[in-house]
Amino acid sequence: MDEAGTVKKFLFVNRKAPYGSVYALEGLEVVLISAAFDQDVSLAFFDDGVYQLAKGQNTKAIESRNFSPTYRALEGYDIEKLYVERESLEARGLAEEDLLVDVKVVSGAEMAALMDEMDVIVSF
Amino acid sequence: MLHIVNKSPLERSTLESCLAHARPGHAVLLIEDAVYAATKGHAAAARVSKSLATIKVYVLAPDLEARARAGALLEGVASVDYRGFVDLVTQNPRVQSWL
Repeated sequence: MDEAGTVKKFLFVNRKAPYGSVYALEGLEVVLISAAFDQDVSLAFFDDGVYQLAKGQNTKAIESRNFSPTYRALEGYDIEKLYVERESLEARGLAEEDLLVDVKVVSGAEMAALMDEMDVIVSF
Repeated sequence: MLHIVNKSPLERSTLESCLAHARPGHAVLLIEDAVYAATKGHAAAARVSKSLATIKVYVLAPDLEARARAGALLEGVASVDYRGFVDLVTQNPRVQSWL
């Protein structure tokens, strides 16, 4: 395969809560851009990043854009590999059913292994 | 005195430092990412609950709703809107923001 046709394994790491900083939204936009390049894309959510996927976000009163429905649209861009760390959920009183999209819940050790097998890691 | 904290307790130590320095009778208002501290099951929840014995803790409801955590509000923590935020500022002679 020539250079132009090389598919790399990309992992976008999300570790920040939404709204308190711009990282979560910017990360999501880069993920959407990446969909145009036909790469092997995975998303990891741990630490406060798991809050990005909390079901029932309502930003009307803070007058910010609620970008959480976009995570559900990722499937339509063939981005279907979403990994969430179990320890991060537990430390925040969250469970898999509190999330707004289907994910694979993994342990911290599994998350570490996942990061180790990637070609490119982009962190937000 | 009113203390205002706006950072996630699992990312910064501002809440911990604030609670360690708040004196009996003081008020603490959690806004933005600090509201997570006042949710059930959170690693910082026990610390917040313990502080309720001597201080009053408030959360800004719009920030809790934006983050989908209004249903998990910790017992004993009072929820306020923007008007309540202003009331707290005017009721307290001093305000300290823990940046």
